[in-house]
Amino acid sequence: MSVLPGWGVEVLYLLAAVCFILALKGLSTPRTARRGNLVGALGALLALVVVFLSTDLDNVVPILVAIVVGAAVAVPAARRVPMTGMPQLVALFNGVGGGAAALVALIELAEVDAGPGVLLATAFTVFVGAVSFSGSGVTFLKLQEIMTTRPVVLPGARWLGIGALAGGAGLGAVVTAAGSVPAGVALALVGLAAGVLLVLPVGGADVPIVISLLNAFTGLTVAAGGFVLGNTLLLVAGTLVGASGTILTRLMAAAMGRSVSGILFGALRGGSTAGSTAVSDRPVRSVSPEDVAILLGYATKVVVVPGYGLAVAQAQHVVRELAQALEARGAQVVYAIHPVAGRMPGHMNVLLAEADVPYEALREADEVATDLPTTDVALVVGANDVVNPAARTDPSAPIYGMPIIDVAQARQVVFLKRSMRPGFAGVDNELLHDARTSLLFGDAKESLTKVLAAVKGL
Amino acid sequence: MDGVALLSIFVLSVFVGFEVVSKVSTTLHTPLMSGANAIHGIILVGAVLVTGHAESVAVVGVGCVAVALATANLVGGFVVTDRMLQMFRSRSRPGRGGLGPGRATGAGRAGADPTAGGPAGGRR
Repeated sequence: MSVLPGWGVEVLYLLAAVCFILALKGLSTPRTARRGNLVGALGALLALVVVFLSTDLDNVVPILVAIVVGAAVAVPAARRVPMTGMPQLVALFNGVGGGAAALVALIELAEVDAGPGVLLATAFTVFVGAVSFSGSGVTFLKLQEIMTTRPVVLPGARWLGIGALAGGAGLGAVVTAAGSVPAGVALALVGLAAGVLLVLPVGGADVPIVISLLNAFTGLTVAAGGFVLGNTLLLVAGTLVGASGTILTRLMAAAMGRSVSGILFGALRGGSTAGSTAVSDRPVRSVSPEDVAILLGYATKVVVVPGYGLAVAQAQHVVRELAQALEARGAQVVYAIHPVAGRMPGHMNVLLAEADVPYEALREADEVATDLPTTDVALVVGANDVVNPAARTDPSAPIYGMPIIDVAQARQVVFLKRSMRPGFAGVDNELLHDARTSLLFGDAKESLTKVLAAVKGL
Repeated sequence: MDGVALLSIFVLSVFVGFEVVSKVSTTLHTPLMSGANAIHGIILVGAVLVTGHAESVAVVGVGCVAVALATANLVGGFVVTDRMLQMFRSRSRPGRGGLGPGRATGAGRAGADPTAGGPAGGRR
């Protein structure tokens, strides 16, 4: 159907683009975040309706079927994914978006004769879209722990990377000059290889930042796709995501005290992000839940440092009950939230919010620094890297430079851990061997439940 | 539209993109990333356009794959972002944090699903 005049289409696309800008703006502030997301969805809905109303489309039935299939797969996944699995799902969605953009550009290459400017944009879309697709796939495998979370450096990785880039540039030139479809397909394949090579050397703890970077890549891909199709909405939306994604990637990296280039190329430069997964055999003080209960029960100030272990064990409700029990005994309990605790920034805030932990009890890392010297017990629940003093003391550690919650300042430190395995970044934690540190091994939820029972029995 | 006009739009959009997210708290990094991720799913519009103009069966097939992938990106992205943000809701704490419970139920359905109409509509 083409019931809309051309200028009407442009105006409605502009409206959709404004929706996207407002969405990003809204998502930047807690109060308006959810509304912002809905505004973005509305913009997308509007744009899609406009396409169907403004263009004489063939193949409408297969298109609608494909839309239903895509939604039928994605929506249940998005609704059922556990909190711990959200980062990898975002990575997956990002990857398929990049893949879709690359396919769109390939089809356009096959179907339409275009000038060199458009062909250059086509080559860019195909290559970067493929990078985003395969790179996101690897981040998914890493986060899901299907493959190792440690940096993987292939022999000659640097040369492979340079080769992939050179191959991409060469094939891109062929596509630009000749509009050749086989060259476009080959370019996509080289892009897939480049994406894998880009993400393999990234250490586990840095993967969320790489997702953000690939997200920006996909944005730029979509923008280039808009250039290819002469579609202003794709151009604006893609560029918005590319630009904001770039800023966001830098903000995230800054919150972890890392540089983006260090994350991507650190392992290639020589081992600096290569942690170890070896289990340390140095002595530690392992204690019983009752011991922990006594430490906590007679403390006047307790700082809880939650980490990924809390998320995995879904222990947020028990930790709140324990905090309430301690408060009933007259202790002050606060939660120290490291910006990158868990597997994504803000992970812990979300979990604790779900357990109705009062917002006033949450402290950011720099706020809690002044509390820690007067703290009786720092209770570290399934966190490791974010309290690891190696970030301050060991320049060779992959997490060196990351701000940490310095629980060593507290009089006693209690770690609830599943095992002596190092954290996601693969760095041994000196603090575990400190004389003032006690360890309670086991699943965080079970451990906390036992401690809670023991505290109630005091 | 000619190349220069598109280039102008591109450059201006870069600045808008930089500007809108320049001050965001770490708490919202992940939802913002996820929301931006959903927005680039708008490549769906491009996928629908090229598939709608395709002639051969093979190209329609590839186009439908692109449509399905783009839909997954777009719809899944918005739904998962909403789920993340839902977690911030639920408590009435003044000044900071998510939306109040009232608004959450009120606005919840409006933009639910940009495409298929059905599946995402009744999410909770």
